[in-house]
Amino acid sequence: MQKKRVVLSFPPHLIDQPVTYRLIKDFDLMVNILRARITPKEQGRLVIEIVGKRPALEAGMNYLREAGLEIQPLAQDVKWHEDRCTHCTACISICPTKALDVDRTKMEVSFKRDKCIACELCIPACPYQAIEILF
Amino acid sequence: MAKTIDEINEKIKKGKAVVLTAEEIIDYAEEKGIKKAAQEVDVVTTGTFGPMCSSGAYFNVGHTKPRIKLGGGKVYLNDVPVYAGFAAVDFFLGATAMPDDDPRNKIFPGKFSYGGAYVIEELVAGKDVRLTATAYGTDCYPRKTLVTYISLKDMNEAVLFNIRNAYQNYNVAVNLSDRVIYTYMGVLQPNMGNATYCSAGQLSPLLNDPYYKTIGIGTRIFLGGGIGYVVGNGTQHNPGVKRGENGVPKAPAGTLSVTGDLKLMSPKWLRGTSFTGYGVTLTVGIGVPIPILDEEILQYTTVRDEDIWTQVVDYSEAYPQFNPGSLGEVNYSQLKSGRITVQGKEVPTSGLSSYLRAREIANILKEWIKMGKFFLTEPVQTLPSVDSGIVFKPLKERPIKKK
Repeated sequence: MQKKRVVLSFPPHLIDQPVTYRLIKDFDLMVNILRARITPKEQGRLVIEIVGKRPALEAGMNYLREAGLEIQPLAQDVKWHEDRCTHCTACISICPTKALDVDRTKMEVSFKRDKCIACELCIPACPYQAIEILF
Repeated sequence: MAKTIDEINEKIKKGKAVVLTAEEIIDYAEEKGIKKAAQEVDVVTTGTFGPMCSSGAYFNVGHTKPRIKLGGGKVYLNDVPVYAGFAAVDFFLGATAMPDDDPRNKIFPGKFSYGGAYVIEELVAGKDVRLTATAYGTDCYPRKTLVTYISLKDMNEAVLFNIRNAYQNYNVAVNLSDRVIYTYMGVLQPNMGNATYCSAGQLSPLLNDPYYKTIGIGTRIFLGGGIGYVVGNGTQHNPGVKRGENGVPKAPAGTLSVTGDLKLMSPKWLRGTSFTGYGVTLTVGIGVPIPILDEEILQYTTVRDEDIWTQVVDYSEAYPQFNPGSLGEVNYSQLKSGRITVQGKEVPTSGLSSYLRAREIANILKEWIKMGKFFLTEPVQTLPSVDSGIVFKPLKERPIKKK
């Protein structure tokens, strides 16, 4: 089994396509919607975690590409600016997945990209704008 | 055997002073015993790096040709208004000031992404900022407008002057309501979803000298990456709060007013800071050296996180309504573990003051002293302590009578 976290961008003409349904029914993939945003006249955005066997996962991704969706790995869209972080730990009690975590001996904060689900809860909590989400 | 500050400075000059941080002294004193440690150790260094709103800086920008009288006019640095009620070219910039057109909390919660603290950080980083002013014009100061770039090196004086910093202990904030609240203690989740605290605990300056026996007017300190001095007690200095047997206050108590040459400071240790829904503030790095003059003073510096207790306060109702009451007492060892228990509920914790940076400051100050670059000062006067009779007064409002 393989896992992928991706950001899907829908051009306006694809907004009515049930891509999640297709991924589940046609490709036997587990799809966990982390975030979804569809606004009129704008690009739709869907952040999903997909789990499945490698061939199924690849076929599913091909389907998405052929349908005309733009696919980006999630990790690229979340940035932790270490130089701006003061290691105050304000984000720590708010991050639901421990992507932002602290070494309790040193009291040093770190960011583990692969655990981040881009929920954005840390954005208003960080007083130093150390975390940036680009979509 | 008691030491004097002169004797300690003599050892610093010879490169023989024994200096430990407020963290290192704990194990050292445990191993050697208080008596021996007090003989051997000359200085214990402390540190703190947290948001401190009552901070600011004053400037003299030099005279223009023809001259302008900024005093009584309107003056801005990068659109942030400064206080110019002084002579011709002096003004004061407050950390929490923000541009007139900032929407504040009109779209709640406001972001407060720029303000006085950021201007201070940019100036200290050597950047140009826009100085704009309008004045009313006089015979001796005829000019009425000014628009120019200016940087720290162009100015005659640039001085950080903070009227309340380095709080001796602080509240732990929680939210008992059923909605998210946005406070100066950060974003607080409903139904005690999280708790925030703001102190360096065992590294914090005034928690290592709880009765202000060594820290006073004129004490030389690490300030914003440069050298500063204690001006006196800060505003709201409240030494009379409840204390533990170790003398350590169990609620916000003493404060410091500090000053120093901004031109010698660094943007790493003076950071513009934005609290969503609350406002802009300045995160300040401060380190205070404590001369180990006798065993009692050393004993105080050995304080541990688990021996520093503070109050858990509800920021949805009790704090804003100025109602007394604590939801319980917790110590900094518990707070730093990441979880505390409040009224039977386990609550995850977040700091607002960086312990990592506080340790770094204590270490920098230690190095400065060991290298003979930093000497200790005898305070001109110590700060008001528990016997001062200071009472922390609320504002008593009195209705204005119609004539």
